[in-house]
Order: sequence, then C-alpha cells, then structure tokens
Amino acid sequence: MASPDIELMAHLMRRAGFGATYEELEQFTANGYEATVDELLSPMEQPDLEMDLLERYFIDWKEMNALEVNQAYLTYRMINTKRPLQEKMTLFWHGIFCVGNSKCEHGAQIQHQLDMFREKGMGSFPELLLALSVDPAMVFYLDNCMSHKDAINENFGRELLELFAMGVGMDGHANYTEEDVKECARAFTGWTIANAIPRYPYGRFPSTFAFNAADHDYGEKTFQGETGNFNGDDIIEIIVKQPSAGRFIARHLYNFFVADEPQIPAWQDTPPRDMNAIKEMEDAYFESGYNLTAMLRVLFNSDWFKAARFEKVKSPAETVAGTMRLVQDFTSPKPGLHPIAMEIRYMGQDLMNPPTVEGWHTGQEWIDSGTLVERINFTADQMGNVDLPGVKAIIDRLASEGINEASALVARCLDMVGAYSLPDETRGYLVEHIEKSGDLKPGTESFGGIVAQTLQLIVATQEYQFA
Amino acid sequence: MTSTKKDPVLAVLQLSGGNDALNTIVPYGDPLYFDNRPSVRVPEEMVLKIDDKIGFNPALAPMKDLYDQGKVAIILGVGYPNPNRSHFRSMDIWHTCEPEKVGSEGWLGRAIRDLDPTGENVLTGVNFGRGLPRSLAAPGVPVASVGNLETYGVLTGIEDNQRDEALDIFSRMYSPAMGRGQVMDYLSHTGMDALKGADILSTAPEKYSSTVEYGNNSVAQYMRNIAQTHIADFGTRFLYTTAPYNSFDTHAGQMVGHSALWTDVSAAVRDFQTDLVESDAAGNMTLLVFTEFGRRVRDNGSGTDHGSGGIAFVIGENVKGGVYGEYPSLEENKLLEGDLQFNNDFRGLYSTLLEKWIGIDSKPVVGGSFEQMDFI
Repeated sequence: MASPDIELMAHLMRRAGFGATYEELEQFTANGYEATVDELLSPMEQPDLEMDLLERYFIDWKEMNALEVNQAYLTYRMINTKRPLQEKMTLFWHGIFCVGNSKCEHGAQIQHQLDMFREKGMGSFPELLLALSVDPAMVFYLDNCMSHKDAINENFGRELLELFAMGVGMDGHANYTEEDVKECARAFTGWTIANAIPRYPYGRFPSTFAFNAADHDYGEKTFQGETGNFNGDDIIEIIVKQPSAGRFIARHLYNFFVADEPQIPAWQDTPPRDMNAIKEMEDAYFESGYNLTAMLRVLFNSDWFKAARFEKVKSPAETVAGTMRLVQDFTSPKPGLHPIAMEIRYMGQDLMNPPTVEGWHTGQEWIDSGTLVERINFTADQMGNVDLPGVKAIIDRLASEGINEASALVARCLDMVGAYSLPDETRGYLVEHIEKSGDLKPGTESFGGIVAQTLQLIVATQEYQFA
Repeated sequence: MTSTKKDPVLAVLQLSGGNDALNTIVPYGDPLYFDNRPSVRVPEEMVLKIDDKIGFNPALAPMKDLYDQGKVAIILGVGYPNPNRSHFRSMDIWHTCEPEKVGSEGWLGRAIRDLDPTGENVLTGVNFGRGLPRSLAAPGVPVASVGNLETYGVLTGIEDNQRDEALDIFSRMYSPAMGRGQVMDYLSHTGMDALKGADILSTAPEKYSSTVEYGNNSVAQYMRNIAQTHIADFGTRFLYTTAPYNSFDTHAGQMVGHSALWTDVSAAVRDFQTDLVESDAAGNMTLLVFTEFGRRVRDNGSGTDHGSGGIAFVIGENVKGGVYGEYPSLEENKLLEGDLQFNNDFRGLYSTLLEKWIGIDSKPVVGGSFEQMDFI
C-alpha cells in the first residue's frame, strides 16, 4: 500500500503537474516534499524540450500556423515537459487571459502568447499584465486595435478589470465603476498592432505591437480614485496595488490548484470557500511585491492544499496529458499525436479556442453525458493497452511483487494510477470480478490481462475523474 | 400515412467551411455571375435549371430530383447582420444565435430543454460525430454524441467476453449512493444517463433493415446513422451531424473539390429520404442543411474566399418545396465588401422550424422575434 507520503506526492504532482508514474512518485518522495515544491517552482533549472530536434520530425512546428498543429504541440509539451508547473501555469493563464482561434489574425499568434505565459506566468503580476496588454493576439481579440482617441472601444479596458485583474466585486461590493472602465480604456488608446506584412508573396508573419502616439488620449484621467495623465502602464501600476488584484489571483489559484469553486462572475457575492487560504495568498502577493511564485509557494506548502484531496474534477487537458504520462506513450516523436490532442477537444476543451473570453466552465461543468463517455473510453483504451510502456511497467511491477490475491491487486492498481482510493463497495465489485477470473499467476499473460482490465475499470470510476 | 401522428423530428446537416452559394444554386441568368467567376463557374449548359434565372449545380442532381417532387425548400440569401467571415465565429453565431456577443449555449440545447426540461429522455438530442457542436450544448441538457453507432458505448475497449460484466460493474459503481456530495451525485447521474443512452442506441442497428445503400463517406454514413436512430423511434427529436471538418472551405481547387463534396452530400440526402420513405418514417422528419457563410462573389482563380450570404435547404415530406427569399444582387454597389448581402435572417429560418414544425415558442430559443417563412 502506498505510504501517506506517496499519497501526498501523488496529490502534488496531479495538481502542480500532470501526474506521475509510481516510480516517479517514489523518487520525488525520496527527495522530500518541500524540495519537490522548490523544484517545481524553479522551472528554468530544468531543461526545455529540444525543439530543434522535434521540428525535424514535426515539421509544422516550425511555423505553428494551424490550430490543430498548435494543439498537438501543446499536448506534446504537457506530456513531456520537465517543467510541469510552468506548463500548468501556462494553462492557468490561458484559461483566464482568453484569446481564441475563432478571432485571431494568424495561427501562430496564440502560440506566441502561450510562450509569453511560459516566460512570465510565474513572475511579477504587473510585468505579466503589461506583456498581456501588448500581446498582439490579445490586442486583436479584444479589439484594442479598434480603440481610438476619438472613438474608444472599451472591450479590452473592461475585461482587463473584470476578467484579467480585479473581478467585478468582492465581499459584496464592486471593485470598480463604469467610469473606471472608460478611463482605463482611454489610457490604452493607441496600444495597437503594426500593419501586417501582406500574406502574399511573403508568407505568414506574426503581428507586432505598436504604440501609436497620435492615437493615444493624453488627457487627464481619474482611475480608482487617482488622477493623472495616465497611460496604460500607469493603469496597471494602480490595478496591481488594489486589494482586489490580490484577491483575484488568490481565488483563481485556489480554484485551479486547490478545490473547485464557483467561477469568477459569482465572486462579488459568493465568499471564498476558505477565507484563510485566500488571506495567506493575498499576504504573499503584497509582501513579495506582486510575485506569483511567492503565492504558489505558500499554496503548495500549506495544510489546506495538502488536505484538499480529490476536490477537483480533472480538466480534459489534465485527463489526456495525465493518462499519457501514466502509460508513457508519446515520450518521443512518432505518428499519431494529432488524434491524441483531438481527444482534449472531444472532451470539451478546445485548447487555444475557448468558447468565450470568460474561458471554460470548469469543475463539474466539464462533464456531460457526451464528454464523460469520451473521457472514460479514452482513458480505458489507453490503460487497457498492455503494449504501452507504462502499462507494461505496472504489470511487471505487480508481478515482481508477487501479487496473487484479488484485493491486493486492486489496492496496488489504485496505487499505480496515483494512489487513488475507492469506496469499499466499489472496491468489492472489482475484487469479485477478479476472483471470477480464476487464480492470479504473476508473470503469466492472463495476469497482465487482469491487471490491465482492473486498471480500465478503475479509470472508469467516478472517483478517478477527480484530481 | 400513419407516422404523421408521431412527434415531429428535425435533423440538421451542417456543411462546415462555408459552402459557395453561387456555385450551389447558380444564378446563371445573371451575366454578372459569369463576369465575376471567370474560372470558378458552372457553365450555363450544365446548370439544372429551376427557372430562367437560377438552377442547381449538376453535382446536386439528386437534390434537384427531390426538388422536382416538391420536397425541397431552397432558402436564398440567408445570413445575419454584420457578417463575420471567420469560420469559427460565424459557426458560433449560427449555433448560439448570438451575433453581437459571444454566447455559449446552443439553440438546439435550449430547444431540447424546452421539450424535455427534466432530461427524462437522454436521447432527445443525438449528435453523430466526435465532440459536441455548440448548437446542442446547454447546461444540464443530456445529449449523446456518437462517433460510430455500430460501436458506440461505454468501455468499448474492453474485450467482448468481459464487456457485459464490466458494464454491469459500471452501472453498480455509478448507481446513486447516499452522502457522497453534489458533484459525485452529478457524476453518477451523468454516467447512468450515458449508459442508458448507449444501451438504447446500441439497439438501433438491429432494429433497422433497408435496401438503401449509402455511399462510403462520412456524411453518408452519419446520415444513415440518423435514419437508423430515427427509425428505431427512441423519442429523439433532434439529430445532428457535420460534414468533415471545414471541408467546404474551398479556397483553391474548388471546381473539382466542391463538385465532389456535393456529389456525396446530395446522394446522402437522397438516400436518407428514400430510406425513410421505405421504412414509413419520412412523415415526421424534416432535414435542415446549412453552412456558416457563403463565399466571395469574385473568384480567386482556382477557388473562392470567405464571404457572406449563404444558402440553406429544408427537405422533407412536410416541406412546401420552392424557392424562398430573393437571390441577393450581384451588382457591385449592392455587394457588401465584395460579398452577397443577406436578406433572410437565419433566426427566422430557425423560428419557422421551431414553431411550425417542432411546435415550440421560438423567441427564447433564437433570442427574439424574426420573420417566419412559409415553407412549412
């Protein structure tokens, strides 16, 4: 049976990454919990993917011009990155700072934005917000390029406050006024994108940010009670020091890493599920000078995080990447990656193409009768494939442990998929099913088949849909 | 006909990628058509004429036959204000009926909720294809999404001799239990819905026998699945499928590609119709064929770029065949940035189907009142 330390490590790796094999969990546990958190928080100390090699195989990855290509690339990253928290934070910001392929000038643009999240997503919040405000995909998606000194388009100005940095309200009061939205939008006039290089005959080029001074409103503005001739960067400086900014990130981090919560539109009137946890992260935000890694460190080392086992419904990206990591497939380039990436879409998360600027509805809303079937069948198909290295490794390990008794087999299979536990009743169904299959003879082909089928039934349970 | 007593059913065939309206129903009587289409054109002598102005592309010959039998309504100039020429966004607008802001709830999802508010029949809406089109999505509305009707089900990867028992375990695991919390209850409920839906659907192929041989392409096979499910009579009211991903996006090589696509699609529509008539199941079925936008009036040498103002078809025994709406003008000053101006709001088309065919209030579904048409 998995030790409490392994169970805790499995929890950490599911949340801060995309899960891990049992061998990896043993390794991390030997290194210690806090040391593992440190490692996760220092992604740059781990090697990145070897893109020069990968591009020779996946030649489309040079240009990253099409949604499906980019989705396959992102999937490959989630499966193989040695910097799992960096990738998780990229997904985190992608679900908040939404832009979508449905409104995008150029296929590679969202890919560039995700690279920016990889670089800045765990650093300073004001730097990240500034990078977002000059990100061509965002400027285009929220029409800031259509916002002019004399004809203001409030789309970006509003979402910056409502969806990207503050939220409508907290503790029962509003965080900003309609006047703030207008003033914010004025401050970002002239933040636009340069004229694109024509597609023909040069091919596709990414857009670039441009500040058009002639189209910027240099007049006086009053924003959040402060008055001055604010430009966009001044607005960001004012935003990040508001209590609402600390609350905004803390609640998002809690919902993403700790436990499913009502989503942002409800935050004005729905208090956090754990106010103490939110306070601790808010404090870290202000004490560190708006640093995201400081907040994450508090989060992962806290008792409330450690206790929040299986309090989240896995997202489709977590489901697919987690399964592939477990079965150890696509650990190097080979054909067939695209259909794996498409599974994430079929399960309801069309990466780089979220349904609206509010992003995906998470938690139990990931699940409907269609997506649940996709989820269960995909994971069960993978886990039932005894030729996959990860499945083979589990079978070999259980054989070498000499497991010859049904309840021990169920217990060890649960350990192998990430130290899950099941209600006694469900566990009983599995034991009964194995016992009907006859004697367990470790090392035989039928033993492998029984292990694989037990894994399939485990991943089909309700419990396994949680992280 | 006995089957007319049954509840009316709507099937939807979505042509993704933006079907070229001008080369589908060809305005051959207008010299401007040939002026604008020096390369990507259907020659007059090949047009299957409806009147002295317009006619079918020859690849639509089977549709022309159905039209001649009075079963096809051609909806011209269909679209919405301020057309969006992005596939994804424009399809979203058709799916959600939200041209102004980005919506996430589908029109058919809302219609299913109206017909079956408690989700009693888990098969009120069935999609064929992987993933759920947004038109069918609405919170709390169960919809089955079937990649392959012959193999559809839960835990299909478990070997046959073990699968019955695996499914038995699955249904015991997902049976409601006390005190496990709201999310777990929701999962149990959804799992049981999925299992129930799959169980019922899996009986469709065996309930079906037909002399009709559908083509060996995905539209034809999914239209066959729709026929099978409809004939099996599970109380399904909305059936949906999509032509392969963006296939109608004919920027290049359109003359060959577009013709091949319509050869498949129109044969599938004819086979579907024949199949239903043979099984006496045509009386309560109407089929809508739509696309997210039309294509640019002027061709680009080998294909056409994204445009607006499309064409839709409504097909069935209860349809008053004919041409509805006016062909948008091809005169340069009447074009919208080089595209056909829509003159028929798609929400009026939806409203007609919802009110006159399905029999529900369309306003909450399409988001307002729109002028209805007379094809039913």
